[in-house]
Formats: sequence, structure tokens, C-alpha cells
Amino acid sequence: MTTIEAPRTPARSAGRNGNLEKWAWIYMRVSGVVLVVLIFGHLWVNLMVGEGVHAIDFGFVGGKWADPFWKVWDVLMLWLALIHGGNGMRTVVNDYTKPGRAQKILKGAIFAAVVILIVLGTLVVFTFDPCPAGSPADLLPSFCPAA
Amino acid sequence: MPDSTAGTLQTPDAPAKQRPGGTLYRGNEGMWSWVLHRITGVAIFFFLLVHILDTSLVRVSPEAYNAVIGTYQTPIMGLGEVALVGAIVFHAFNGLRIILVDFWSWATRHQKLLFWIVVGLWVVTMLGFTPRHLMNVFGH
Repeated sequence: MTTIEAPRTPARSAGRNGNLEKWAWIYMRVSGVVLVVLIFGHLWVNLMVGEGVHAIDFGFVGGKWADPFWKVWDVLMLWLALIHGGNGMRTVVNDYTKPGRAQKILKGAIFAAVVILIVLGTLVVFTFDPCPAGSPADLLPSFCPAA
Repeated sequence: MPDSTAGTLQTPDAPAKQRPGGTLYRGNEGMWSWVLHRITGVAIFFFLLVHILDTSLVRVSPEAYNAVIGTYQTPIMGLGEVALVGAIVFHAFNGLRIILVDFWSWATRHQKLLFWIVVGLWVVTMLGFTPRHLMNVFGH
């Protein structure tokens, strides 16, 4: 049975995880506000401006990432969104599973997905070559020597 | 407790009308905003996983990236993008509502009103987004 403590009961000590849950709670709100700006901007530029989704191809990405502004924008979005989503999925797992092996596996899978995709995405943005040698010229951004 | 057909069987102090559970949220705006926030959140998370993988194809070759991103421009995926943006816009506006409810006592008292404001802003945003996006998808 759940007992509800009296209103004036002093807060319990945070336990072995320190204030981790509090910081997770704060992170969801802070990253949430920033993500509203980043994702709405992302959707506006990629879907609403010009021909929208029809304009997206390798040359479009190359043109965007020629500007460090969009590299920082996209990497920030990558980190904030994956950690925000991973923590949200952790909340869902906590709500619907009991502590045990299944819960550990689910949380491990979420953690692995977040870490792998953050590393992959960050590497992709910062090692991106807009003018790969030997590619058909008509697929490359217009600033490439081959294009 | 079933409603009694014979009034004589009711105890005098029985409440005339009892809401199931008597909880703050059940069946009301608070619950449905929570349900929608959770469903849209999980859906967006799984799309995010796919979206990072498809974008990573720019590191493989222009041909590989264009082949996969080309599927995003088909009519069926175009409709899927309307659903995706709908989920994102709801999650964004309702997330801001949650922050207001957490930090501002007026918003805590008026969380139901704020839910309908979220719904209204969602409708307005989608009325702006959907025609433009569908023109881009079907206008080619």
C-alpha cells in the first residue's frame, strides 16, 4: 500500500543516485524549450522554404553544412533530442516494467541507441565531405570543383 | 455503485453523484494531454533513430543518400510527414504547457484552459503547414 507522507515531512535524502532524477527533470524542461526553437527552425528551413521536401538531396545537405552555423545547429539538435528522447523512453520503461532483468535490458538498449547515434551523427556532421571524389557532378553542391 | 432504482435503499448521506476514482486527472484534459504527450514522444523518438541513420548516408555516397531521401518525397511518406509534424507540434506546445504548469501557479490552476489553447495553436499551426507541405509533395 502506498503511504502519503504528511505535508511537513522533511525531504528524504536523495539516495545513491544523488540528485540525478532532479537534474533529469530539469534537463527535460531546459532542453525542451531549446528543442522547440531548433526543431521548428529545422522544419521551417527543410519543409516550408522553397520547394520544401522536394528540394532535399545530397546537394541541399552539402549547401547547408558549408555553413558552420547549420553544423552547430544540427549537432546541438542531435545531442539535445537524443538525450531528451532517451530519458523520456527511460521514464516510459520505469512506468511499465518492474525492476529486474527485462527492465535492465530495455534501459540498456535505450542507452546504447542514444550513445551510438550521438557518436555516429556527430562524426557524420564533422567529417562530412561535400565534394567526394569520383561522384557524378550533377549530384554535388554547385560550389564543388567537379560540379 | 449502481444507481438505485428505489430511493428508499439509498443511505441518506450517499453522494448524489460520484466520479469514478475521484482522481484529479482521470478522463479529463490532464489525462488526455498526458496520453498524447507520451504517444507522440515515443513516436518521435523512433522517427529520430531512423532519421539519424538516413542522414548518415551522406557519409556513404551522394547516390545512397539521394536514393533513401527520395522515398521521403513520395505521396505516402508526404502524408506520414504531416502526421510526424502534427506529433512534433503537439509535443512541443504541450511541453511548454507542462513547463508553465510546473513553474507558474496561475497556469497550475488553469491547466485545462491551457490544454485547449495548446489544441487551438496546434490546429492553427497545422492549417498553415499542411497545405504548403502537400503542395510540395503533390505539386510535382
